[in-house]
Amino acid sequence: MAEVLNGAMTAKELETDQEVRWCPGCGDYSILKQVQKVIPELGIKREDIVFISGIGCSSRFPYYMNTYGMHSIHGRAPAVVSGLKSTNPDLSVWMITGDGDSLSIGGNHLIHLLRRNFDINVLLFNNQIYGLTKGQYSPTSEEGKTTKSTPMGSLDHPFNPAALCLGADSTFYARTMDRDPVHMRDILLKASHHKGTSMIEIYQNCNVFNDGAFFGMTDKETKKQQTLFVEHGKPLIFGQNNEFGIKLDGFKPVIVNMDSASADDLWIHDEKDRAKANILARFYGNPATEGELPRPFGVFYSEDRPCYEDLLVNQVEVAKEKFGEGDLNALLRGKNTWTIG
Amino acid sequence: MPPTNTSMSATLETTKEITILFAGDSGDGIQLTGTQFTDTNALFGNDLSTFPNFPAEIRAPQGTLAGVSGFQLHFGSIEIFTPGDECDALVVMNVAALKANLKSLKKGGIIIANTDGFDAKNLRLAKVESGISPLEDGSLSNYKVYPIEVTKLTRECLKDSGLGTKDIDRTKNMFVLGFVLWMFDRTLDPTIKFVSEKFKKKPEIVDANVKVLKAGYHYGDTTETATTRFSVDKAEMPKGTYRNMMGNQATALGLIAASKRSGLELFYGSYPITPASDVLHELAKHKNFGVKTFQAEDEIAAVASAIGASFGGALGVTASSGPGIALKGEAIGLALMLELPLVIVNVQRGGPSTGLPTKTEQADLLQAVYGRNGEAPVAVVAAATPADCFNMAFEACRLAVQHMTPVFFLSDGYLANGAEPWKFPTEDELPSFKGNFATPSDLKDGEYLPYERDENLVRKWAIPGTLGLEHRVGGIEKQDGTGNISYDPDNHQHMVNTRAQKVANIAKNVPLQDIELGSKTGKVLVLGWGSTYGAIKAAVKDLTEEGHSVSHAHVRYLFPFPQNFEEVLRSFDTVLIPEMNMGQLRMMIRSEFLIPAVGLNKVKGIPFTKGEIKNKVLELLDQLIK
Repeated sequence: MAEVLNGAMTAKELETDQEVRWCPGCGDYSILKQVQKVIPELGIKREDIVFISGIGCSSRFPYYMNTYGMHSIHGRAPAVVSGLKSTNPDLSVWMITGDGDSLSIGGNHLIHLLRRNFDINVLLFNNQIYGLTKGQYSPTSEEGKTTKSTPMGSLDHPFNPAALCLGADSTFYARTMDRDPVHMRDILLKASHHKGTSMIEIYQNCNVFNDGAFFGMTDKETKKQQTLFVEHGKPLIFGQNNEFGIKLDGFKPVIVNMDSASADDLWIHDEKDRAKANILARFYGNPATEGELPRPFGVFYSEDRPCYEDLLVNQVEVAKEKFGEGDLNALLRGKNTWTIG
Repeated sequence: MPPTNTSMSATLETTKEITILFAGDSGDGIQLTGTQFTDTNALFGNDLSTFPNFPAEIRAPQGTLAGVSGFQLHFGSIEIFTPGDECDALVVMNVAALKANLKSLKKGGIIIANTDGFDAKNLRLAKVESGISPLEDGSLSNYKVYPIEVTKLTRECLKDSGLGTKDIDRTKNMFVLGFVLWMFDRTLDPTIKFVSEKFKKKPEIVDANVKVLKAGYHYGDTTETATTRFSVDKAEMPKGTYRNMMGNQATALGLIAASKRSGLELFYGSYPITPASDVLHELAKHKNFGVKTFQAEDEIAAVASAIGASFGGALGVTASSGPGIALKGEAIGLALMLELPLVIVNVQRGGPSTGLPTKTEQADLLQAVYGRNGEAPVAVVAAATPADCFNMAFEACRLAVQHMTPVFFLSDGYLANGAEPWKFPTEDELPSFKGNFATPSDLKDGEYLPYERDENLVRKWAIPGTLGLEHRVGGIEKQDGTGNISYDPDNHQHMVNTRAQKVANIAKNVPLQDIELGSKTGKVLVLGWGSTYGAIKAAVKDLTEEGHSVSHAHVRYLFPFPQNFEEVLRSFDTVLIPEMNMGQLRMMIRSEFLIPAVGLNKVKGIPFTKGEIKNKVLELLDQLIK
């Protein structure tokens, strides 16, 4: 193990001897596999990688990664990574969380992690259900969702994670899905290269309690109608044969038929444009419904902003320059003393 | 500076100790006045003890009883243990302050009253039903009253300063301080130095304050208001160099010292809460020591961030008061499972829920020892005096690092804001300690076992970034050795036993229990913990001098107890435990040792007086004779 060095790591070597205990067919397997594939390409030493999770099915993830890891407590992983990154800024820290973990009990910590902008990669597994507690609705479940705890349908209005993250001034937000490993891989790479908190929302199928929640967006027959893959500098085009485009009428996105429009008229995706990212985040109805917008995937927004841990280290340096390296004897003595004897 | 002993009429009387209480509206600058007078006496060389007592509101309704802020100081040429039971002098800025505090003034004591705070409006606000000022109705005939038109004199003094009335009135506490400094024969220098530094960017404010301060002093000197002044000589204290120290500041310094003596970076995650916030404020000033302070979004994030820092190889510390500690409970259990060092500072305050935020209590002991889900033993230490916060915060860090476990450090509101002279140590006098970090040489057949233990059952600290030691930890029960998840029933029993024994082993690493005062055996042992120290010591000192068979032991290591603890307790006929709670240490002693300890319990948000403890001991001695 110890001889594994920079770049020499393989996906296989990132596996642990622990039996992976997700339900057969769980979308988590696909995510684990892509993460194990991508990490060796990043050129980071294994001993410098840490996976931190909260509680939930997704949060078992660290046990399956042969890196440093901590399975912490429900919702609090953002706080744990904040402390870790503050004292150990050189580590590559990955936070694994689910929609229950991060958007319900840990909602407070998540927004503060995002605004502070620690250089961390957050993988938010969204399956719109509570899996580990066996099938209650989650903060991302649709209104009216019938579950064990909501036999007459959920009354809760769901969170829109993209809007929430952008609202918290996240510096990077991207969406991908378990059933599109190629896209997921691309997004994981982009996120890992972003300096700052990279928020990746991954639509993940819970085949036991919420099977098929995203099938319209992942199945061959419907996928192209219901999804919109955005890429920096490219126009917004979708449809079975790329027959539709999206253009902006003021702040309002409208679907146009490509028979009557040219690509030049379309909205060109700009991941540095916060206003447009916010509009994109609101493409949030049911994409299967006639007239609704397709669900976007890809990097919505990416911004360079100083990272908290760098600012913190800098403050310590400035303090040392200004007041000199801490002298314990001087500190204990203080300014006003008197002597007896 | 005005020379001393030049008073035209007043005689100077030497006395051994003085207790003075400053009281007024929370906007009157009472805490500042008290602190300045304290610092002046400390620098002069008196032993002392203070008790600031203020309302929870930032600016409580002016002139009302609820808005009274107080600062009590007991200073002397003899050893001082408490802020004093009764006052010799009471300084009041208004009628409410008088009404709220007169009961603690000795018969024949001195009242220095700002008569401008005794007008019709103030009488109404203080609910004086007769509408007649107590300064005029004869009710104060048992006291020496010095009425001074403080507001008027201050305005007169600064009428040409160009300052507005608001700014002028803000300096009236300096007039009072000047008068008090005259009355107790102290120099103005420390206050002039303080004001000059505090307002160095506003010279006109410095001038105004100094002018008013001097005016107060000269007023005492030239008017015939007081016929007696008091002088308190320097205290006979052990030789050495001293400074004045407050509890929260001492806690912060203890943490920094521990960081320095262990070579571990200090990470402090906390969320503001009274009365713990000053620890954060103090630490934030010392980033040049490599201290990283993190003001988290809530209490849970505060403790979780400290755990993350400890996982990364730093000294993770979090602090709060009772309500915040309640929120941290789950994460403290996590730190216990991870077997990482974590220091949790609890500056206790009064009451359940929000309770009495600015008042003191010792009612979180059981919370610290037992307040978590599952079998979750956490070590607990407590400070006895403001300066002792330094020692015990340091000890909490040492034990947490040496035993890879969470440790509680209990302080309280009274220690946090109280002050005393501190014979500070030098760096070399403090013990050094190290984290037992795992290295690649700990690999066995290429495998690393994160929960492999030494003879004290302590695991090593394997920090991310160390080649070959990659491992996973978590809050789910784990197999000993490997740290892998385990639901095996026998393993869980084994791990519960192991963690309990691991914490119990800390007793081998703490000093034996000593007797603070009195003989090692006898009739009554007064056992204290935390901030009751001063009152107990003062009471036991009196009682032993009066010839009674009474001793005082003060326990600083509350979980686990020192190894000889039971033996110490069993050397006395009766154990009396005064606590500012309803009997928490007593419950622990009774259940642990089956010793029928007796309680003296008080939860009023204010500390014990010496008298209360003396009376209880005398009552017990009486019963023992019968």
